[in-house]
Amino acid sequence: MSEALIEATGLEKTYPARNRQGTPFRAVAGVAFRVHRGEAFGFLGPNGAGKSSTMRMLAGVSAPTAGTLRILGLDPVADGRRVRARLGVVPQDDSLDTQLTVEENLLVYGLYFGLSRRAVRTKAGELLAFARLEDKAGERVENLSGGMRRRLTIARALINDPEILLLDEPTTGLDPQARHVLWERLFRLKQDGVTLILTTHYMDEAEQLCDRLVVMDKGLIADGGSPRELIERHVTREVLELRFPPGEHEKIGRELGEQVEVLPDRLLWYADDGEQALARATELGIRPLTALVRRAGLEDVFLRLTGRSLTD
Amino acid sequence: MIPTLPRAGGAHLVVLRNLWVHKGGSPWTMALFSIFEPILYLLAIGVGIGGLVGDVPGVEVPYAVYVAPALLATAMMNSALEETGQSAYAKLAFDRFYHSLIVTPVTVTGAVTGEVLWGMLRALITGTGFLAVIAAFGLVQSPWILLAVPAGLLIGFAFGAASLTFTGYVRGWHDYQYMQLIMLPMFLFATTFYPVTVYPEPVQLLVEALPLYHAIELVRGLALGRLGPSLLLNAAYLIVFGTLFLTWARRRWGRLLTS
Ligand SMILES: Nc1ncnc2c1ncn2[C@@H]1O[C@H](COP(=O)(O)OP(=O)(O)OP(=O)(O)O)[C@@H](O)[C@H]1O
Ligand SMILES: [Mg+2]
Repeated sequence: MSEALIEATGLEKTYPARNRQGTPFRAVAGVAFRVHRGEAFGFLGPNGAGKSSTMRMLAGVSAPTAGTLRILGLDPVADGRRVRARLGVVPQDDSLDTQLTVEENLLVYGLYFGLSRRAVRTKAGELLAFARLEDKAGERVENLSGGMRRRLTIARALINDPEILLLDEPTTGLDPQARHVLWERLFRLKQDGVTLILTTHYMDEAEQLCDRLVVMDKGLIADGGSPRELIERHVTREVLELRFPPGEHEKIGRELGEQVEVLPDRLLWYADDGEQALARATELGIRPLTALVRRAGLEDVFLRLTGRSLTD
Repeated sequence: MIPTLPRAGGAHLVVLRNLWVHKGGSPWTMALFSIFEPILYLLAIGVGIGGLVGDVPGVEVPYAVYVAPALLATAMMNSALEETGQSAYAKLAFDRFYHSLIVTPVTVTGAVTGEVLWGMLRALITGTGFLAVIAAFGLVQSPWILLAVPAGLLIGFAFGAASLTFTGYVRGWHDYQYMQLIMLPMFLFATTFYPVTVYPEPVQLLVEALPLYHAIELVRGLALGRLGPSLLLNAAYLIVFGTLFLTWARRRWGRLLTS
């Protein structure tokens, strides 16, 4: 196996209490993972799972409360600057410099890395093309659409040719077309050997981009592996989706037992053969409004592991 | 490619960024705005009331000559306060500028030091502008006044560091009213308009403890060419005051940005 670029063991993050009455909050409760060079590694989890908290520790701007973390063989707190010089960070909230234009955002950001003005100019030109923002170069950031801002934030994170790119929900708020363009760009970066770490709420994004991923919930890693491994380990080949008039499905779901997951709006019946499950349901006298058989996916893994749907 | 890390935590890059934002001549526009208010004070109080006052007893210079250096000191102070106060707060709370800064090789210390340096630079620009006004009014007494503006950098340092610390605790715009609650009385009573000897002894001690008192003493001493070892004491006060607050600001902002 190739070299581990990131290695975390027993990693914890506890935020101090906000005031005297408050209690400290443990957002990351002991996670371990390794990421290898050239990999695309994903964190999947519901709101508040601790994904961003983990990402901020990886970026070296939040000190772990316990555990060890090595990035590029260095300690991201003690050697923070040397680590950050080789990272690209796309935070969850866009934080572009609103007092500068699109192009200046790239130029000035490059200077923070100690790059020469010449180097930064060339690179900024490339990145404007990468983000398809050439014709917005002189525009103020305020005048960009949300998706354009996101693209600019990602372009900005690439100004120093990072070895590792941290992307916290890179495509949230993008239209489908922009997402596909971005996936293609990220795929290209991966081909160039950049290690990608991303968090996402989108299953298709995780399946498309991640070689391996971990499912996080309540500060812990529920399980990890390649999308295919996770699907094989946790769910059956097919899923039967059943919908009922409001209020009926919960009782039916409980009666059916283990293999059935009760969602707020429907039942998911895990089976290797969905049609057979449907026949069985009819035998039992269950009359759903609609019934649909589909292949099981990452979303189902997520449901099984966290008992929640991602769109909660 | 691993570029060399910027020195000093990248403080100079923060200054550079701020200059970049104001390129195209706006530092001079800012300077004009910053000297507008002290010019009004100089006219209304220095020249206007000064006409009634005549010479300042104990100092033996015309009243306008006496007030002008104090207005120079407060103008420089206010410029530094502007940059490290509400302007820094907007960048912190709304733009998340510093959050995106510290994921680069620029450090929290670099960011904090850079903003204080920028406040000092703004003070320098304002001071230069207002010095020209003083000269134009014919209120120059001594060539030593040329040193008053560089000495004013210490004022920018002391007040910039203190105000950046304050900004680190601000919960919303309204909190800046508390700052005003301190700054306005200090402006009025810290010997801007009359010597400290008008106060009874205990009040004198109180006034002499204020940072603006030392800022004004320093600038006034140089402007009037009244040099003495006490000026070194005033300078030392500002340096110690600024250094303490700079340390505090670094710790506070560290906690804010890297929780
Ligand atoms: N600076 C902070 N101080 C106190 N609590 C915090 C802080 N940052 C995050 N938290 C808490 O830690 C928990 C995890 O937050 P985090 O942002 O890591 O979640 P997330 O997985 O990224 O969620 P989302 O999908 O909504 O972005 C949340 O309950 C949050 O309220
Ligand atoms: Mg998050």
